[in-house]
Amino acid sequence: MSLTLFTQLKAIVAPLDRANVDTDAIIPKQFLKSIKRTGFGPNLFDEWRYLDVGEPGEDCAGRPINPDFVLNQSRYQGAKILLARENFGCGSSREHAPWALKDYGFDVVIAPSFADIFFNNCFKNGILPIVLPEALVDSLFKQVMAQAGYQLDVDLTAQTITLADGTQICFEVDAFRRHCLLNGLDDIGLTLVHQDAIKKYEAKRREQAPWLFSTQ
Amino acid sequence: MAGKTLYDKLWDDHVVRQEDDGTALIYIDRQLLHEVTSPQAFEGLRLANRQPWRVDANLATPDHNVPTTSLEGGVDGIEDPISRIQVQTLNSNTREFGITEYGMGDVRQGIVHVVGPESGATLPGMTVVCGDSHTSTHGALGALAHGIGTSEVEHVLATQCLIQKKMKNMLVRVDGQLQPGVGPKDVVLAIIGAIGTAGGTGYALEFGGQVMRDMSIEGRMTVCNMAIEAGARAGLVACDDRTIEYVKGRPFAPTGDNWEAAVAYWSNLKSDEDAVFDKVVELDGSRIQPQVTWGTSPEMVGSVHDRVPDPALEADPVKSAGISRALEYMGLPPNMAIQDIQVDYVFIGSCTNSRIEDLRAAAQVLKGRKVAASVEQALAVPGSGLVKQQAEAEGLDQIFIEAGFEWRNPGCSMCLAMNADRLPAKKHCASTSNRNFEGRQGAGGRTHLVSPQMAAAAAVAGHFVDVRDLVEVVQ
Ligand code: SF4
Repeated sequence: MSLTLFTQLKAIVAPLDRANVDTDAIIPKQFLKSIKRTGFGPNLFDEWRYLDVGEPGEDCAGRPINPDFVLNQSRYQGAKILLARENFGCGSSREHAPWALKDYGFDVVIAPSFADIFFNNCFKNGILPIVLPEALVDSLFKQVMAQAGYQLDVDLTAQTITLADGTQICFEVDAFRRHCLLNGLDDIGLTLVHQDAIKKYEAKRREQAPWLFSTQ
Repeated sequence: MAGKTLYDKLWDDHVVRQEDDGTALIYIDRQLLHEVTSPQAFEGLRLANRQPWRVDANLATPDHNVPTTSLEGGVDGIEDPISRIQVQTLNSNTREFGITEYGMGDVRQGIVHVVGPESGATLPGMTVVCGDSHTSTHGALGALAHGIGTSEVEHVLATQCLIQKKMKNMLVRVDGQLQPGVGPKDVVLAIIGAIGTAGGTGYALEFGGQVMRDMSIEGRMTVCNMAIEAGARAGLVACDDRTIEYVKGRPFAPTGDNWEAAVAYWSNLKSDEDAVFDKVVELDGSRIQPQVTWGTSPEMVGSVHDRVPDPALEADPVKSAGISRALEYMGLPPNMAIQDIQVDYVFIGSCTNSRIEDLRAAAQVLKGRKVAASVEQALAVPGSGLVKQQAEAEGLDQIFIEAGFEWRNPGCSMCLAMNADRLPAKKHCASTSNRNFEGRQGAGGRTHLVSPQMAAAAAVAGHFVDVRDLVEVVQ
């Protein structure tokens, strides 16, 4: 899959002020029936974004919009950074969740914590999930809500976020994942470089635990 | 040097290579596939002109989209065209790559997490993955099992490996003895209530203690199934005689000399006495009451004798807002007694509670009783064709039907409502599934997670009730 990669991104921030946002909320199950990886953006947060019940394949342009939902407010249009609360992305392993976020236009999600599988799935799809301390996230929420058009400047190479007032925050990101994100590397290709090691492991394992290789 | 945890042992035995920063290539013994999270993975293989590394390590079955009403017409008989295409795509992909599939109409078809252990495709000591978060279920057999995303499904297909970093070790020890009428589902809901939905994030969660040792393998599956609801990708229970007894004779289980060798290896699949866990949580099993969730996250749970909380009494503003929002969605006033919540739908099924023991437990409550007139629909959905067959051989289907339940064909059904089985908006459902998220069982639907006994009792009473007040429960 080709990813739009970034090393540096300055963009509007949308605040999603709820804890434990689950993958059913990010992309409801009826949209999981697609056999493609694309086209999920219009159904991101479907149940919160629209007032009716969405069906796959439907044109969302004519659907009634929930004006209260954050992504429907004009000041957050064009947001590429999502600010979220703790345990974001909990629930299922569906990669449709990061596909939908990416398709909508989000490149970065900032939260105090993420669910493990979702966190992992983000990197595989060119989304950078950033974990920041809860107090800091809280203060970002206040700043974003106080000022229309609030932007953050995220630099993946330097691992910094620059706030509107010029303050810089550092964030952690796993070196291997950062490398893949910056270079758009294909995990499978990288692993296959080690195919001899895999074969060696298999040969050894076959001796130790032969039943694992005769299960069919 | 301290001893090893079960997770440490499983991890060490599967490391193919390790980078200095701890990133490792882990060998995967078994991949289970279903129709929802595999199409894009197979497509990726095709686009890159790659072949599966080890075809025989994969096993597929459709479950999420299959209708549970009638299997007539097979795949082509699925009414929803988009669902049909997804199931057909699984068929054509498995055919193209030579992967074994238990397709619709095959008695072995069912929910992937029921089928894996039932067929012996999941064995102790294995690494097991599936593009589904409830893969944690298989840890009940002493296997290292967790859910993965579709990119990783493709990665495992192509390389038989996963790129992983080791998780931390957590032990949840449940000691004592459960009261009659309290089962594995209540245990795991109580654990999630205690540690929260993010309590296990970053950990491999081993369940131990007397309660787990006394528990059947199917019960352990119920507990491990919901490890992910506590934030842990993998749940684990030590392998013991019960495990080995359970595995014996299953179609994929080893035989002859291989069996002897396997049993010898499996007997070491437990945490060493002196193993050190990064975190230990203890619960007194004898104090666990039948549980009912009242909110929109599995951690929003309490005893059937509790009242729903009052957001005004919660000091943390984020939590208080969360409770208010959940109660509004659920249509419940603060402080309402859980037993006063009326039940409109009942769903007995899902990878959490659709095995034969679950159906027996529910049938024991339903025998000679009727579903309350106010209940609009009550579904019993066995986890696989083989579970259904067994239940019918025991006459359980008749008990369900006579009580007023619909006896369905296997699949995920109303657990997530990807097929036609949906909970209507604003309706309350006593459900044996694992997620009570907003819209999970149908847009606007209101899910309460309970054990099979408690779901059956709610069906009879028309509202939540302590199953022990309704029947004398035999353990
Ligand atoms: S039964 Fe429910 S939780 Fe289990 S695999 Fe199916 S949809 Fe997922």
